[in-house]
Amino acid sequence: MSELSWIDLALSSARPQAMGALLRYFRDLDLAEEAFQEACLRAVRTWPEKGPPRDPVAWLIFVGRNSGIDHLRKRARQEPLPPEELLSDLDDVEGDLAERLDGSHYRDDILRLLFVCCHPELPATQQIALALRIVSGLSVRQIARAFLVSEAAMEQRITRAKGRIAAAGLPFEAPDAVSRTERLGVVAAMIYLVFNEGYSAGEKQRADAPFCEEAIRLSRLLLRLFPAEPEIMGLTALLLLQHSRRSARFGADGQIVLLEDQDRSLWDKRAIREALALIDKALRHRAPGSYQIQAAIAALHARAEVAEQTDWEQIDLLYQSLERIQPSPVVTLNRAVAVSKRHGPQAALDLIEPLAERLSGYFYFHGLRGGLLQQLGRAREAHDAFERAIALATTPAEAGHIRQHLDALARDIAILAK
Amino acid sequence: MLYAVLCYNSEDAVAAWSREEEDKVMSDLAAVERKYAAAGKLGPVARLMPTTAATTLRKSPGESFVVDGPFAETKEQFLGFFLVDMETLDEAIAFARELAVANPGVGAYEIRPLRVFKPGGSLEAL
Repeated sequence: MSELSWIDLALSSARPQAMGALLRYFRDLDLAEEAFQEACLRAVRTWPEKGPPRDPVAWLIFVGRNSGIDHLRKRARQEPLPPEELLSDLDDVEGDLAERLDGSHYRDDILRLLFVCCHPELPATQQIALALRIVSGLSVRQIARAFLVSEAAMEQRITRAKGRIAAAGLPFEAPDAVSRTERLGVVAAMIYLVFNEGYSAGEKQRADAPFCEEAIRLSRLLLRLFPAEPEIMGLTALLLLQHSRRSARFGADGQIVLLEDQDRSLWDKRAIREALALIDKALRHRAPGSYQIQAAIAALHARAEVAEQTDWEQIDLLYQSLERIQPSPVVTLNRAVAVSKRHGPQAALDLIEPLAERLSGYFYFHGLRGGLLQQLGRAREAHDAFERAIALATTPAEAGHIRQHLDALARDIAILAK
Repeated sequence: MLYAVLCYNSEDAVAAWSREEEDKVMSDLAAVERKYAAAGKLGPVARLMPTTAATTLRKSPGESFVVDGPFAETKEQFLGFFLVDMETLDEAIAFARELAVANPGVGAYEIRPLRVFKPGGSLEAL
């Protein structure tokens, strides 16, 4: 590893905590970002020569804070009315930073930093973009590429999102236990969104925007702050398990490889072991939640050395408990896969037909329905279902996968017609 | 003398390694390990999962209780260890220096002589 890359690593790993503290001081996202940026520039100038400080995070907060205050003073001289409310709590600049950092402050700082990105008025894509920009420090360019928009457009989106957050007012009071738990749930959902954004696009298309890795990093960070939260253990385990299959999910030419057809030797054993350890820890709390159940389902797949060993009965039961905790047609759709393995395609079809109306715009519904109809030998209906799925596909890989089914069906139908 | 060389580093920083960085560090460390193993000086080597996977049993006068997470919250975490058999402390420090070259940046190696060592049965390697 080169001299500069360890500095990069130290800066990016210090970012959430330093940004969180600077946001608490300045109560302004842009100012906190500028201050952090300035501190990083100084680190890159001085660390190679003097060596890293003993506590890089405290160093960055201290330097960032001073540079932010300088900035505010300059602005105050230029503006007729100094922003008193911004300067009012900057008196204790020289206060004992180390002591402040050792308190429980930093935990709420980081949670707040994550939480402001999850403002309910922001659409999911903006929450994701904001979190990756502000918390993870990904460049606008990286994020823009991942969302397939221009850099300028992404810049504008992020600016607009920040504006909405500022207008809504940032939550600066220290949260009580109840609102802390609420924030945690909201932040967990956002981290899951970040992961899914990377997961659904597939590894190759987003090689230079590692959303899945970032989500896992954020989830681990959250778990370190709240080490006794079984749902955060579940979330981390779930992400690790999904991500453990990354090398097996796509074929050489980018087509989707289904779970049962994947080369399981390509699964990341290390990630799986870590996830299983987290699930074990979570179970001790006897407080099941949706991430834990989803992780447990993913773990049953991970434990099966070959697809035939999959414990579909247990998976079916877990989906049933998920349906109770978090009723949703998508959960039922997922359960239908387990039902088809246990009781055959007709039972699964009976389970999903009532969902037709609510899931009419959902790719996976038509894909699964087509597959079940195909197994039942109802080729023409299967064909229609696959046609609808293809029209709803959002990535070339999804469309390509359904195309394979259609081609196979076309051969069946041609044979039947002869 | 038997020494434990204990590895401390910021696990945030280690978790942020790219796959290339991770592979490079691991293969450089493996080269150091091979050298000392060939000389009959290297014992067990372990790399620990992140502290988020840790559970701690706290002893107390009544019943011990189990808590999630590592024993202590620290800025640098205990991430793994090497057991080595060295003639002198200088030799142990030289080993740690080689580790530091293979895995540069922040962090530290604590060199701690062993008082008792029970090698135990052979566990399956991960």
